[in-house]
Amino acid sequence: MLTAVLLALLAYFLLPLAWLVINSTKSTTGLFESFGLWFASDFHLFENVRDTLTYDGGIYGRWFLNTVLYAVAGAGGAALLAALGGYGVAKFDFPGRRLLLAGVLGAVMVPVTALAIPTYLLMSSVGLVDTPFAVIIPSMASPFGLYLMWIYAAAAVPDELLEAARIDGAGELRIFWSVAMRLLAPGFVTVLLFQLVHVWNNYFLPLIVLNDPAWFPLTVGLQQWNGQAYQVGGAQAVFTIVITGSLLAIIPLVVVFLVLQRYWQSGLATGGVKQ
Amino acid sequence: MAVVSRGAPAGAGAHPSRRRALTGFLFFAPFLVVFLATIVAPLVYALGLSLFRRRLIGGTTFVGLDNYLRAATDPQFLAGIGRVGLFLVIQVPVMLLLALFVALAIDSRRVWWPKLFRLGVFVPYAVPSVVGALMWGFLYGGQFGLTGQLAEAFGVDPPDLLGSSLMLASLANIVTWQFVGYNMLILYAALRAIPQDLYDAAEVDGAGEFRKVWSVKLPALRPALLLATIFSVIGSFQLFTEPKVMTDLSPAVIGTSYTPNIYAYELAFNGQLVDYAAAISVLLGLVTIVVAYVVQLTTARREHIL
Repeated sequence: MLTAVLLALLAYFLLPLAWLVINSTKSTTGLFESFGLWFASDFHLFENVRDTLTYDGGIYGRWFLNTVLYAVAGAGGAALLAALGGYGVAKFDFPGRRLLLAGVLGAVMVPVTALAIPTYLLMSSVGLVDTPFAVIIPSMASPFGLYLMWIYAAAAVPDELLEAARIDGAGELRIFWSVAMRLLAPGFVTVLLFQLVHVWNNYFLPLIVLNDPAWFPLTVGLQQWNGQAYQVGGAQAVFTIVITGSLLAIIPLVVVFLVLQRYWQSGLATGGVKQ
Repeated sequence: MAVVSRGAPAGAGAHPSRRRALTGFLFFAPFLVVFLATIVAPLVYALGLSLFRRRLIGGTTFVGLDNYLRAATDPQFLAGIGRVGLFLVIQVPVMLLLALFVALAIDSRRVWWPKLFRLGVFVPYAVPSVVGALMWGFLYGGQFGLTGQLAEAFGVDPPDLLGSSLMLASLANIVTWQFVGYNMLILYAALRAIPQDLYDAAEVDGAGEFRKVWSVKLPALRPALLLATIFSVIGSFQLFTEPKVMTDLSPAVIGTSYTPNIYAYELAFNGQLVDYAAAISVLLGLVTIVVAYVVQLTTARREHIL
């Protein structure tokens, strides 16, 4: 009974994705003339992929690489900074620590999108607009990541182990790398993945700080193509490209989540929400 | 608190503990630098900017709270706040109840293929919101949209999902679709963290399945539910991507001030009113924080996350 209800829900969650997969196999005529949830008579997937990768002088590939760059640098940086900072806060006492923490936790509440416009103005005053740094640097700050790593480090890294390493004469940085990081790994992967999703899917910030299409991530590029497709005047061929491009944009993240699910789920369970 | 006394054990002398303190700060410093540059600085800059007005002739003048007073009586801004407020009141409870239901169902072990459901419900979260809005836009649409085709198959007029009366509901559906899985995961993780003894104790007391949900699981979920609610409140007030994508499909309905964030964006980039846009951003942030704080006060007696 419960299973049946959940199956109905699952259908709702997977329906748009099924629609996307099915319709990326259709030509423009098939798209307009066949039923949305079943395949058309012609199988056009490979042509669609080719068209997507070559449209507008092949800019889709460039957007894809930009997105990978922003996601890897931004999320990797954010997870590393959060791990270092969370460890520092959880395992050392220093003056002003509580005040700093209060400030960072308060910032969890500050809506990041509300900062986008002032961020643009600041970026433009230091000449970073239309460079990858305008997307990467803001992506490296994750107050929630710090919060998560702080709780995680407090629970997962025993003081005795650090003391033992110190008595053995290891330096603090070495202790962090070879002792603490091993224990922090599930928390680190959790922060990394959630920030990866955040950066990969981010739209507002890159929309504002980038004007040059050559630096666009997939989200901004696809949205512009979609806008073109809906505008009046025979641009209907663009619909198939938007649909296929959307499908290609989803695949990497879904794969990453499936491959790493063991790590992030244990990270969430041990550190994330337990108070 | 205990923090102070723990740092300097009696008789250890000031030197090692001071070095220890410096080490801790150095670990924290890289985060702090980026935090100051990308969150604190824009915030301070927005506050400063919002107190000035730039004119082509006469330059920049200090106007105090004028921009804020203007926003407080700006019907477009207020309508946007009202719209996301309405969105929040309906969409967030629906989404969180769905997430709670799925999390409890999977945790109950009375469901076949729990892993499949956990992943399936979560997958939309990994889809970029631009792509999510694009897909639903196609499904809603009249041209080759699924609703249009289904309505035709049943011989009825399709509902105008992109018209002014249903647009907010259509957007709420997209956001719900996207975020149920994320919230479900947070709640599910909290459920897994409940110690087995609590269930054992409940069973000794003769509790059935529903009693266990009511007296053991739900109380244990409170901090996680509060966290999910606060993040959802913040997200609702920031609504931008979905309506922005829908602008292409339905320009007359969405317009330039449908949500406060769209309004601020249009003011800054198409109206050249950056100082007024900054004031709107700051006000929006303040409204968000106040509402999130009220949520915390009304729902939490013991938990304090923030």
